[in-house]
Amino acid sequence: MAEQVKLFGVWASPFTRRIEIALKLKGVEYEFVEEDLVNKSDLLVKYNPIHKKVPVLLHNGNPICESVVIMEYIDETWKGAPILPRDPYERAMARFWAKFIDDKCVPAIWKACWSNDEEQENAIEEACELLKTLEAQLKGNKFFGGQTIGFVDIAANTIGFWLGILLEIVELELLTEEKFPKLCKWIDDYVNCSVIKENLPPRDKLLAYFRARQQPPTGSKD
Amino acid sequence: MGDEVVLLSIWPSMFGMRVQIALEEKGVKYEYKEEDLINKSALLLKMNPIHKKVPVLIHNGKPVCESSIAVQYIDEVWKDKFPLLPSDPYQRAQARFWADYIDKKIYDAGRKVWTTKGEDQEVGKKEFIDCLKVLEGALGDNPYFGGEEFGFVDVSLVPFYCWFYSYETCGNFSIEAECPKLIAWAKRCRERESVSKSLPDPQKIYDFVLQLKKRIGLE
Repeated sequence: MAEQVKLFGVWASPFTRRIEIALKLKGVEYEFVEEDLVNKSDLLVKYNPIHKKVPVLLHNGNPICESVVIMEYIDETWKGAPILPRDPYERAMARFWAKFIDDKCVPAIWKACWSNDEEQENAIEEACELLKTLEAQLKGNKFFGGQTIGFVDIAANTIGFWLGILLEIVELELLTEEKFPKLCKWIDDYVNCSVIKENLPPRDKLLAYFRARQQPPTGSKD
Repeated sequence: MGDEVVLLSIWPSMFGMRVQIALEEKGVKYEYKEEDLINKSALLLKMNPIHKKVPVLIHNGKPVCESSIAVQYIDEVWKDKFPLLPSDPYQRAQARFWADYIDKKIYDAGRKVWTTKGEDQEVGKKEFIDCLKVLEGALGDNPYFGGEEFGFVDVSLVPFYCWFYSYETCGNFSIEAECPKLIAWAKRCRERESVSKSLPDPQKIYDFVLQLKKRIGLE
């Protein structure tokens, strides 16, 4: 049966890239449709009328929205490398840490990068505390998913790749090996992992993109 | 096999009610522990060190935090009785999407209604009703968000129903006038024992809201 899989996204967005990683992990062939978030296509608005955001996965004409929801859908629909663990408690933990990354870490990092001088010190401290908490979840493993990439690793792609680029742009030394030895090692292993490496945008292109915008990356967050 | 299930929550919490409804639907015996959020218990701080919030579900000593995550956990552990999520992956994705929408929108919009006045409150009311209308659209002509069966999205939204009287009274408007289908849905849900057991009396919630307003200096 010919399957039709389309992904509506933005090349620079970590949320879009999560979906590409998940699809590649499962060996699913798909068509990528680059969206212009300033001039949203009719199709995007049709498939995501509620939020009008990317990424949107279209599977045999059925749209699925919200990156974490899409990741779970991909895991349940296609066999292959499991993204979420099998055990219900481990699954709950994976969902918790992915939510922690999205609800806490990422906003704190944006705030630390783009705060004005007075707020910046506090914002940096908060971001560091949250990253420390996340780092502890590695628990001596190579990845958050254990020996292989899992749900939390995919969700942490913002920290794995985008964070370094943003810190370079705003000239902030937040993520040092001294402060975060385990997280830095994870980042190293993460970006060198083949499925991730093949699904990262070119670093210099991304650097130029955000330098030009000088504001937090949007993508899924409009 | 003895399962030890404990739920840490506070009685007005819609998020705690979600977990209660799920446990009741599955017929799981559990111990409910009322927390004092001003003097958080050592148990709460130990079980949810990250957020220090309720609800926390503790299963055989292991904590699960965040109500939507706890409800999914309950559904997966006690999977043989009353499934809350559909079996089809696409329907599951739709259910998770709507639960996420409810999480992102309803609480904050509702909160604006009872914590603000004047122009801010009018904005809050409009936002709140707009979100409820979107949900009404998603419900369509089905008896439940899950279709014919009560499910995950119903569990996520119905606890807000006991807060509607407070929103309406503080905001001086009628939710039923704006969203009659949604109110009909809520009343239908309330006929289920799991829901009627878990939702407190709306008047009690309103008394709580008045007390809270005084305490945080909103009166």
